[in-house]
Amino acid sequence: MRFIVCIKQVPDTTEVRVNPETNTLIREGVPATVNPFDLYAVEEALILKEQAGGEVIAISMGPPQAEEALREVISMGVDKAILISDRKFAGSDSWATSLTLAAAIRKIGEFDIIFTGKQAADGDTAQVGPGIAEFLDIPQATFVRKVDELNPDQQTIRLQSMWEEGSERLELPLPCLITTVKELNEPRLPSLRGKLTAKKAEIPLWSFDELAVEEKHVGLAGSPTQVIKVFPPPPRAEGELFADADPDEAARIIADKLTEKGLL
Amino acid sequence: MLETCNLCGACVPVCPEDALSIEEVKRTKEIDPSEWCGVWVAAEQRHGKIQSSTYELLGAARGVAEKLEVQVTALLLGSDVENPESLLAAGADEVFYIKDENLAHFGLEPYTKIIADLILERKPEIVLGAATFIGRSLLPRIAVRVHAGLTADCTGLDVDTEKRLLLQTRPAFGGNIMATIICPQHRPQMATVRPKVMKPLDEPYDSNGTVTEVSVDSLSNRVKFLEFVADDTSQINIAEADIIVTGGRGLQDPKNFALIEELAGLLGSAVGASRAAVDAGWINYSHQVGQTGRTVSPKLYIAVGVSGAIQHLVGMQSSDFIIAVNKDPNAPIFKVADVGIVGDLFEVVPKLIEEIKRRKET
Ligand SMILES: Cc1cc2nc3c(=O)[nH]c(=O)nc-3n(C[C@H](O)[C@H](O)[C@H](O)COP(=O)(O)OP(=O)(O)OC[C@H]3O[C@@H](n4cnc5c(N)ncnc54)[C@H](O)[C@@H]3O)c2cc1C
Ligand SMILES: Nc1ncnc2c1ncn2[C@@H]1O[C@H](COP(=O)(O)O)[C@@H](O)[C@H]1O
Repeated sequence: MRFIVCIKQVPDTTEVRVNPETNTLIREGVPATVNPFDLYAVEEALILKEQAGGEVIAISMGPPQAEEALREVISMGVDKAILISDRKFAGSDSWATSLTLAAAIRKIGEFDIIFTGKQAADGDTAQVGPGIAEFLDIPQATFVRKVDELNPDQQTIRLQSMWEEGSERLELPLPCLITTVKELNEPRLPSLRGKLTAKKAEIPLWSFDELAVEEKHVGLAGSPTQVIKVFPPPPRAEGELFADADPDEAARIIADKLTEKGLL
Repeated sequence: MLETCNLCGACVPVCPEDALSIEEVKRTKEIDPSEWCGVWVAAEQRHGKIQSSTYELLGAARGVAEKLEVQVTALLLGSDVENPESLLAAGADEVFYIKDENLAHFGLEPYTKIIADLILERKPEIVLGAATFIGRSLLPRIAVRVHAGLTADCTGLDVDTEKRLLLQTRPAFGGNIMATIICPQHRPQMATVRPKVMKPLDEPYDSNGTVTEVSVDSLSNRVKFLEFVADDTSQINIAEADIIVTGGRGLQDPKNFALIEELAGLLGSAVGASRAAVDAGWINYSHQVGQTGRTVSPKLYIAVGVSGAIQHLVGMQSSDFIIAVNKDPNAPIFKVADVGIVGDLFEVVPKLIEEIKRRKET
């Protein structure tokens, strides 16, 4: 079987800030990592490959340095990786990203399951997975917390998709797309051998010319959404810290607040 | 700087000197915006009950529609939905109720097809949905099908009345930045809106409209729905809760989580958890707040024995009011807390429970 995992290199978002004077992102010195949710996607693909045989291909669209992220997942056991990179793809929103990744997947050819993370930690949109599924016209299961059974003979997969107040158990025909949440598994650490393989691995680069996409549909030009402003979130009002309240006092302080807010 | 640039393009529109460009951007105008009119709300029902996030959306939609001087339309898909008329009182000028027994439970494929077809046929200029699990599965597919821009998980909506543009504000980078987004060249302008941020109307809306039932023919669905398994540990879902009481590793033991549950029970609130508590297996993942869990914005967030690691803070720092109990005066949770109590949770929480019980009795 063939499993394709879409991974994104993201800055460690907990360290990204807005410069309040210029309202621009400060990214200097912020380390880049594989989007945390994508590791669950990689792990699940590896688990299913171990069960059913086949190969796992990771793809990433991004600047040339996104290759590092691909090497990282090769060290976990991914068989092949492809980097999709071109200045023409710069500034893609989730619509244009989904279109470009879908075109790359079409170029790969046959596949059984595509995995994406639930959302990327930088954009937080959670839209690229469903977008790819729609461009490829395949069924999707979103926010998957558990795979119950992959049945290669019947070409189906049974899984649990997370909802606010429970889960849905679903059966999807293959090929399909799955977006993953943290509960799904525990991503493995790279092995020593994996790291060596990753170092030597050849990672082909597909640029605009290699994909069947139109220029007007990719990058900033092809993105329906436009960011017109970025700014820091409004600061929280200074809080009160009660450092030496005894437990009775502390309980009263909290209860008074609850009463004040009409919550009691 | 160039090294770390991932070409997201966010710097281009905000450069004060106009000094940045990624490439010559020629956006193609794919549609004539003047043909598109009205604000639509994709209502959400579960087990036949319209969700509170829908009423919030209708409140927000009224504000937008009044500025644009257009009508609000609610789309409701289901079979035996309780009180569809409530959508009128909540702000809709008309309701399309697409009624079919196969739509009782959410099905991504039929829902996508029905709504996308209606959008292309009737051309609304704005379509809003809730940023719930359903909304965030469904709207991205619709947006791709109708070739529209979609802004995820908005926390602010405004209108540029002159250009008839929806100004969509949302947090990104884990809440460290806010971004305002527009979709000038495509219609409809689509957004999912974070639950609990928008307010439903205070007064019932005096709607002249009616609920129109619409039937649909053949609904195909490649996904087979097997069953819905309710999460028995969550009576109240954290995304829609007004109050959340969250427990962290400071509770030390799964049985101590009962303290959190008791407090939550008294306040009628939902139970949240830090990742440390979830990873220890004390409570299941659907309760996890933070970067790899859920983002919540309740009216009141009470963090007990939670250190407030940045990955936790990004999931809850937009709460209206935050109370924290932690024995470490330097715990980062106190940086976002409106009321911080330095103290031992095993002493403070039982006293608090007593105090609340007392006040409730009197
Ligand atoms: C990629 C990534 C993603 C992550 N995503 C998330 C996420 O989504 N959500 C999340 O929560 N975390 C997340 N984390 C983990 C996060 O970094 C912290 O490790 C975690 O939040 C800590 O949980 P905690 O506050 O319960 O535990 P600790 O950090 O161990 O804090 C326990 C606190 O309890 C206090 N305490 C102990 N005993 C008592 C007592 N008797 N009375 C009062 N106070 C007491 C201590 O002073 C301490 O501050 C993520 C980490 C990474 C690397
Ligand atoms: N540039 C990209 N390259 C590869 N995969 C991506 C890219 N952007 C998003 N994805 C995938 O889509 C998921 C959701 O991303 P997003 O919609 O941006 O929140 C991520 O977890 C990735 O699996």
